Amino acid sequence: MTTIDPMFVATPLEKRNHTIQQLVRTLLLAVALLLVVPALLILGVLVVEGAPGLSWSFLVDPPRSNGAAGGIGLPLLGTLWLTAGALLLALPLGVAAAIYLSEYARDNWLTRTINVAIVNLAGVPSIVHALFGVGAFVHFLHFGKSILAASCTLAVMTLPVVIVATRESLQAVPKAFREACWSMGATRWQTIWRVVLPNSGSGILTGLILCVCRAVGETAPIMFTGAVFLRSMAPQSVFDKTMALSLHLFNVSTQLTDVPHHLPFSVALVLIIVVLALNGTAIAFRMRLRGRKKW
Amino acid sequence: MVTEPPPLVSVRGLSIHYGDKVALQGVDLDIKTNEIFGIIGPANAGKTSFLRALNRMDEFVPGMQVLGDITFAGRDVRTVRNLYALRKRIGVVFPLPVGLPLSIYDNVALSPRLSGITKHAQLDEIVERCLRRAALWDEVKDRLKGLGSLLSGGQQQRLTIARALSQDPELLLLDEFSIAVDPVTTMRIEEVLKELRQELTIVLVTNLVQQARRLADRTSFFLGGLCVEIAPTEALFSGGAREQSTVDYLEGRFG
Ligand SMILES: Nc1ncnc2c1ncn2[C@@H]1O[C@H](COP(=O)(O)OP(=O)(O)OP(=O)(O)O)[C@@H](O)[C@H]1O
Ligand SMILES: [Mg+2]
Repeated sequence: MTTIDPMFVATPLEKRNHTIQQLVRTLLLAVALLLVVPALLILGVLVVEGAPGLSWSFLVDPPRSNGAAGGIGLPLLGTLWLTAGALLLALPLGVAAAIYLSEYARDNWLTRTINVAIVNLAGVPSIVHALFGVGAFVHFLHFGKSILAASCTLAVMTLPVVIVATRESLQAVPKAFREACWSMGATRWQTIWRVVLPNSGSGILTGLILCVCRAVGETAPIMFTGAVFLRSMAPQSVFDKTMALSLHLFNVSTQLTDVPHHLPFSVALVLIIVVLALNGTAIAFRMRLRGRKKW
Repeated sequence: MVTEPPPLVSVRGLSIHYGDKVALQGVDLDIKTNEIFGIIGPANAGKTSFLRALNRMDEFVPGMQVLGDITFAGRDVRTVRNLYALRKRIGVVFPLPVGLPLSIYDNVALSPRLSGITKHAQLDEIVERCLRRAALWDEVKDRLKGLGSLLSGGQQQRLTIARALSQDPELLLLDEFSIAVDPVTTMRIEEVLKELRQELTIVLVTNLVQQARRLADRTSFFLGGLCVEIAPTEALFSGGAREQSTVDYLEGRFG
């Protein structure tokens, strides 16, 4: 006969702790699933309703009948222009600002004010950014209603998230690395360039992902600064106006009558695919960066 | 008549504060060229703070305040303009190993590169020499491209030592370097330090009283922010200590 060592018999307290732990786990799992369900439902509806309308010619043909027929070639192209422009502006500026705030700025009232301002800026509604864009870029800087003005507006809108994401990842690099570098006579910039930045790639990519999401999806900021409902030509330069997917979706789903039932769904599906494709690439890069454990 | 050469480091009336907390008070001492200067003392004595002040690392610690005079090679380090040059001439090894997240090769080549050396042959030579001196070469010579920050703790500490040597420093500050290193390797590094004495000056802060006895030419005893006494190591350890607290510490009767 074997007797069980009393040390391994669960006491009532241990049993209760175990039950609570299981309960919490199940609860958290349920919440997580609950969050995924709406996203999957939306995607499902879009695929079911919109996929039949997809074809190569739908992607490349220009819209006809004010957008009620034909393809989405021009809006798709316009969205790519706008997103690329926003990224080109927001990434370098955002990373530069984050480096300053994380690596150079002393902890004084000015720095704290800037940090608070950035957080608040991220919460400003996009329609306010739109009005700012009209005032600052369209009129004051004389960009006119153009891709340039719209990209600038999108960039201003996404800067805060780029800054915050980059700053977080810079600060995740241990201080000991910086001190080791400084103590051997490296300047701050040499330390940043050789040790800190190479280990902050994933944060910069996060900033890029967030930037893309908003740049592709927003309607209000571009509607007043550079995007138009209808245009028969592809943009030739950044000073042209352009169509854009998000605005086109708004157009076909609310402004036009006698639109084929599937069309808005197909446009929305393409919009989501563009976001997923751009982000998928960035996420793959980020996973490769994170996969390599550095310390 | 033989005149003594001027000391490499000369410290007068050094006090260190963190906010209103006093970490070090009224320290006067000289460190001679090509000696190993040992510093022993219990935790909280201000040993690390002292090292920080020597190459102006106090700048990295918010709230750290250094008063008094420190001269290094005849220059007042408190007013030195070119801090980067000062720090290049003083190598530091921290108690906890810091392998930078670069390859092993790049860890050691970093300092030479910062001072503008780009020739591969020259860098190769420096990397091998410094790694050999730090008793690490044999273990890593086949994987110089591997990450320095993923070496074992003891290996990282030797990498840190190699990195400090790659600066070609005149003064080497070692802060409890053997805390993460096994006894055998510690002995090997100690041998290296004895050889290095020919070329440079070493300040050795250590918790191991016997390590100071083995290596240091002179040893000082710090206690509670004061430099209690400084004496030639042999005299100190063979009953020549002036202060009762030093005797107590050396004999392990403390606190
Ligand atoms: N960054 C800091 N901020 C505030 N106080 C500090 C800081 N660093 C050290 N001190 C204080 O200064 C005093 C001396 O610390 P120091 O690190 O110089 O001691 P130590 O002799 O090196 O001790 P140990 O042997 O444990 O390393 C301690 O009381 C410590 O609390
Ligand atoms: Mg210490």
